[in-house]
Amino acid sequence: MIKRVHFPPGVLPYLLVAPQVAITLVFFIWPASQAIYQSFLLEDAFGLSTEFVWLENFAALIDDPIYLQSFGRTIFFSAAVAGLSMSFALVLAAFADRVVRGATAYRTLLIWPYAVAPVLAGALWVFMFNPTLGIFPYFLGFAGVKWNHYLSGNQAMLLVIMAAAWKQVAYNFLFYLAAMQSIPRSVIEAAAIDGAGPFRRFRDIIFPLISPTTFFLLVINAIYAFFDTFGIIHAVTQGGPANATTILVYKVYNDGFVGLDLGGSAAQSVILMILVIGMTVVQFRYIEKRVEY
Amino acid sequence: MASITLENLTKSYGETEVLHHVDGHIEDGEFIVVVGPSGCGKSTLLRMIAGLETITSGVVRIGERVVNNLEPAQRDIAMVFQNYALYPHMSVRENMAYGLKIRRLPKSEIDRRVREAAEILEIGDYLDRKPRQLSGGQRQRVAMGRAIVRDPQVFLFDEPLSNLDAKLRVQMRLEIRKLQRRLGVTSIFVTHDQVEAMTLGDRLMVLNAGYVEQFGTPIELYSRPASLFVAGFIGSPAMNFLPAQAEGGRLRLEGGATLACDTASRGPVTLGIRPEHLVADPDGPIVLRVDVLEQLGANTLVHGTLAGTRTELTASLDGVRQIATGDEIAFTAAGEALHIFDRDSGKRLEG
Repeated sequence: MIKRVHFPPGVLPYLLVAPQVAITLVFFIWPASQAIYQSFLLEDAFGLSTEFVWLENFAALIDDPIYLQSFGRTIFFSAAVAGLSMSFALVLAAFADRVVRGATAYRTLLIWPYAVAPVLAGALWVFMFNPTLGIFPYFLGFAGVKWNHYLSGNQAMLLVIMAAAWKQVAYNFLFYLAAMQSIPRSVIEAAAIDGAGPFRRFRDIIFPLISPTTFFLLVINAIYAFFDTFGIIHAVTQGGPANATTILVYKVYNDGFVGLDLGGSAAQSVILMILVIGMTVVQFRYIEKRVEY
Repeated sequence: MASITLENLTKSYGETEVLHHVDGHIEDGEFIVVVGPSGCGKSTLLRMIAGLETITSGVVRIGERVVNNLEPAQRDIAMVFQNYALYPHMSVRENMAYGLKIRRLPKSEIDRRVREAAEILEIGDYLDRKPRQLSGGQRQRVAMGRAIVRDPQVFLFDEPLSNLDAKLRVQMRLEIRKLQRRLGVTSIFVTHDQVEAMTLGDRLMVLNAGYVEQFGTPIELYSRPASLFVAGFIGSPAMNFLPAQAEGGRLRLEGGATLACDTASRGPVTLGIRPEHLVADPDGPIVLRVDVLEQLGANTLVHGTLAGTRTELTASLDGVRQIATGDEIAFTAAGEALHIFDRDSGKRLEG
């Protein structure tokens, strides 16, 4: 028989959870509810007059071609960041998995970028790719490529994608490596005896067996690219040139704090909130179903 | 089909040598069991033959080919792993067909071989299931099926039965033996279970701490163990070991009793006698003071000590016996049932 421990009812349990509840209330529930409330308001830039406009802010967004463009751009950006960082991490993990000597050192080094703050990561890439000072434009010049992400929207997009992907590689690498190392050695050995070379083993055995991790990372990376890349974009391009790198989360900031369209900005953040809730639900649903392959 | 030759094979991890100069020749079609306690290097030896571990020095030959530097795939072997190592995301059919698909066999040929193997192993009904939907015994069969369809020159078994329950183990043991006879493929089977080893192998290689203690038929190992280790490892219940003094033509046991024995050596030795070779004889020199009885029905194991000493002694008597604790029974043993080992080296002395 399991002996159940009973605590006498009292204030202590409530006291113990209070900090967490307070933090959630102050930093999540309250701002979120404010955002929802504000998204129904139309306010002048000086905050002198406010009008309750129901869903007009949302309707205006749907009709706004710039917003819709930004939506498409975000999806492209997300897919590119997730694709690039996950495939790069997968390759690194596949190699690290085969390394016998010095594996810990490799792993530690590969994890470092994750510890860099987004703004600093952005600053790093800004310097490396500065059209006049940067080392990469200098070398690209020899190859006949004129690099100037302050003028070229495509180059600016490429730069933020690389910076954002680079930072996420470490995270993806960790998960991929853990997934690969949880595959029983003997299964890989059996495939080797069956005649599968390293590439074939990876394609036929390892990759299918780590597919739950791939799916998990896909969702995590999408959420990362949607929301956590603000710092990188702010440091590298400020959304420019000509909105070429203004993804949704940057537009929320830009419209709200620069353009002072608080209602429109709040409506955008509500839409983002719904998106992230949706993605999380999909992830939990799907992953629960697929824990076993 | 092929023979396997091991020449002066060693394996080291860094400075530590774990296998020492293993030699052996395995005939085409022979079933060899490598047996020893855990950590003796038997799995390492198997994995070196498979190509999953590098060879530190020495030569492994399969047929006429030196395979030292060949990839596992090029050695034309099949291996059955302890945990079966089935591909969890593939059906039974895909598991068995994978090796053939890599070899780019035509689809009809793959189908034919898989069906044939499934029939031999009676797993035809499960071909579309995933490994997780199978019981341990069924998984074992699939793992064997995967080995059979490849039609390799050598089968390697790495303790394949140790994850099965006792009854299934006995059944699979027999099936593996029958299958190997039928296919005639040279096989090496690694186990720590001496009964498995005795019943399966044409010949046994007994490994201890990286050394080959003896390599011979089960009966050779039983009747002429080359060392104390083999003597104690093979046979159940285990052989009795009594310290004795060899006095040229006879042995003096502790407590003073003497046994006639055609040994020329003199000095301290260890005398080995199997419990089943002790014959009750009222005038016998070996007197057992009874502690515990084990009634097995067909026979009775009598555990006790050599009278007047603390040396443990076990005898096996036919049928059901009633003997009281503290009773003394006298035994004798035929000359050919006496195994004499050097006290220090543990090696068998003549006879």
